[in-house]
Amino acid sequence: MSDFTSGGWSVYIAAATLISLFACLALLLFASRRVVVLRADGTPDDTTGHVWDEDLRELNNPLPLWWMGLFVITVLFSLAYLWLYPGLGSHAGSLQWTSVQEHAQDQAQARAAAAPLYERYANQPAAQLARDAQAMGMGERLFVNHCATCHGSDARGSLGFPNLTDSDWLWGGTPQNINESIRAGRQGTMPAMAAAVGSPAEVRQLAQYVLSLSGSPHDSLAAQLGRTKFSTCAACHGSDGRGNPALGAPNLTDKVWLHGWGEAAVVAMITQGKTSVMPAHGGRLSAEQIHVLAAYVWQLSQPPGSVASAVAAPANASAATAAAPPAPTSAAQAR
Amino acid sequence: MAEGDAARAVVWLFEASPKIYPRAVSGRFALWRWAGVFITQAVFYGLPWLQWNARPALLFDLAARRFYIGPLVLYPQDFIYLTVLLLLAAYGLFLFTAVAGRLWCGFACPQTVYTELFMWIERRFEGDRLQRMRLDAAPWSLHKAWRKGGKHALWIVLALWTGVTLVGYFTPMRALWDQLMGQMAPISSALSAGLAPPVWGPWEGFWALFYAVATWGNAGFLREQVCKTMCPYARFQGAMLDRDSLVIAYDAGRGEPRGSRPRSLAHAALAAQGKGDCVDCGLCVQVCPTGIDIRHGQQIECIGCAACIDVCNGVMDKMLYPKGLIRYASQNALAQGLGTRAMLRRVLRPRVLIYSAILLLISAGFVASLALRTPFRVDVVRDRGALARLAQDGHIENSYRLQIMNASETAQRFVVGVRGLDGARLVGRPAGGPVMDGGLGAAGVAAAGGVGGIDARARADASADPSAAIDIGPAAARWASLAVQLPPAAAAQAGAGAHAFEFVIERLAQGDEPAAVVREKSTFFVPR
Repeated sequence: MSDFTSGGWSVYIAAATLISLFACLALLLFASRRVVVLRADGTPDDTTGHVWDEDLRELNNPLPLWWMGLFVITVLFSLAYLWLYPGLGSHAGSLQWTSVQEHAQDQAQARAAAAPLYERYANQPAAQLARDAQAMGMGERLFVNHCATCHGSDARGSLGFPNLTDSDWLWGGTPQNINESIRAGRQGTMPAMAAAVGSPAEVRQLAQYVLSLSGSPHDSLAAQLGRTKFSTCAACHGSDGRGNPALGAPNLTDKVWLHGWGEAAVVAMITQGKTSVMPAHGGRLSAEQIHVLAAYVWQLSQPPGSVASAVAAPANASAATAAAPPAPTSAAQAR
Repeated sequence: MAEGDAARAVVWLFEASPKIYPRAVSGRFALWRWAGVFITQAVFYGLPWLQWNARPALLFDLAARRFYIGPLVLYPQDFIYLTVLLLLAAYGLFLFTAVAGRLWCGFACPQTVYTELFMWIERRFEGDRLQRMRLDAAPWSLHKAWRKGGKHALWIVLALWTGVTLVGYFTPMRALWDQLMGQMAPISSALSAGLAPPVWGPWEGFWALFYAVATWGNAGFLREQVCKTMCPYARFQGAMLDRDSLVIAYDAGRGEPRGSRPRSLAHAALAAQGKGDCVDCGLCVQVCPTGIDIRHGQQIECIGCAACIDVCNGVMDKMLYPKGLIRYASQNALAQGLGTRAMLRRVLRPRVLIYSAILLLISAGFVASLALRTPFRVDVVRDRGALARLAQDGHIENSYRLQIMNASETAQRFVVGVRGLDGARLVGRPAGGPVMDGGLGAAGVAAAGGVGGIDARARADASADPSAAIDIGPAAARWASLAVQLPPAAAAQAGAGAHAFEFVIERLAQGDEPAAVVREKSTFFVPR
């Protein structure tokens, strides 16, 4: 418990505190009376005794007794406080209070307060949670506190951090996949393949072929030459380049470039490889929280209106319940 | 003085303040003080009961951070208004103190008001000054116990009601009262209206008791000790008065030499007999709540209650002398023998005029600001994780969260736009985000289909169109996550670095609430 190198310091602090406390009290008591000269008529001289400028005197009027009473009360309070709480060196206090314990108690209280809600949500599927404003509010707050630093507060990601609002998923986009990503984390490794591919020129040709897969601007001649090298990539990315969610291998045929755009970025990726890590949150968030959070993240990528219409009335699955969004009365958007 | 010869004694530097038994007084200024008691307490006890559109007219909802004052809904960001109110109070104070001294202390201060009420109760049970002194000196008996006990019982009831009323400014008063009376129906109706249930919690109980104990202690026991030793206001009076301020003054020129004289001696003949107007009855000392003798002159303990004026005027009437031996007069008036007219003309001196002008200016500014205030606020919070990001096809994006705070009490719709950055456009689903925070705005969630559900219509409104309207409930606030996107050509033209632009948030006109616009500055980063 003690942070001191020697137990003697604890005694020193305790002694200094208590001695000061009693010294203040003693000072008050000893200084609360004084010997004064009696005037001719027998009344005590109520001045300080000094005379300035022939006739200027300073009165020394008594102070209210209740001030003294209050001071004594503060001393008694201090003693009680120091008995109950840590303050005298390493004495932990008879209540054994620590701020760590208080924090843990606050956390437990918060968890208990939220438990009924989470219990209710634990058995609901993501599609149902997505329609629940309160659940999505909780999901959004969880997201902002735990995910937004990397994925952005609008979940549109950043260089190296996936955009969670699009339909491109490295490890699968079902609520279960998302739940696992959050709980257990993910680690995707792109090995450095330059040695397997060949010379830098060949790597460049391969990069151009990869760019051609997604219809991005590319050098067709180089792409043709690089086509044969793609077999080294197919093991993870698939022979059609559509990726493999089981391995976290990206889909190379879409326009989502998580780690950079253009030939230089692709060449660097092939040459140096990359290991990307999504940290595991299973230890930080409870299973119920992850369930709600996963539902929130899932609905971010769903086309607007589809969630409501998909679950609104199971009996009338074909009925269009989504109303047209209202047109704003004035176009406040600059182009 | 020969040191060694003088007799000595031990003196204690602390002494119990002697209990003061103010005598009851009636008169013009006592009437003014009772008017002050009635007006201030009608306001204090009455305001929490007033309703405005099914909610309390005055409510400082600390938990939800909304402050309802009549039709206004104020956010913590509107704290400046409280500052201005305090400024107004301060300048008002300077003004009327410069004119007529401690008017606040003697006629309106809660310490005086509650002491007055408690002393009235005390007089009912224990009688006037002499009877109270005798009762205190008497040994304990059933009679004494009944008097003292009854007094304290009534004091405690009044103190408890004061404590409950104070809590009623922060938790709806009617609900508190209903709960005290054992009725729970209003609680469930509050819940269904979307209000947080206003219940007696541990803190409400604590503050009600704390304030009750403070009232009972201050008004029952401490009384003048507060004014003499605790109140800072009393101490800076000296800086606010000058020789032309009207203070309660004993006209020594008229009153001295004091002393008793036969009733039959006419006023005109007093001077010849070497007598001043003061009969030395000592009543001015007996009625004084702080126990001073005003005949010693202007003193720090004098709280300006004018009880001495009332009682002395009564004596002057009985003696058939003119009133005003103790009166409101300025020190200049007494020293220079000014008449009332001349004294009052001096009231309009530069100091008073300047205070009045400042007070008028601040009041006008305050009222204008409140009248012209936009009924909603917006805060723009840039994402801190990344300065900028590359989106599809080389577009540059910066992401923001806008907190839009609806300060009206009806649900409103807002549209966000961007101005000042060529080629910029908004992306994201601001309308798709759920409600994040609200006071009575929980009603917005309730209106959308009850807590725990949101109807299909509202969800379908969450289109991908960033210019879709955002719905915010009454007195609610909501975060909208947005990104501003710049196409590569425009980004290249703007150049690398920070670019200032502004968000334009428009509130759509609805019913009799007009459209309103708020612009908030922000920056857009183009990476190098």
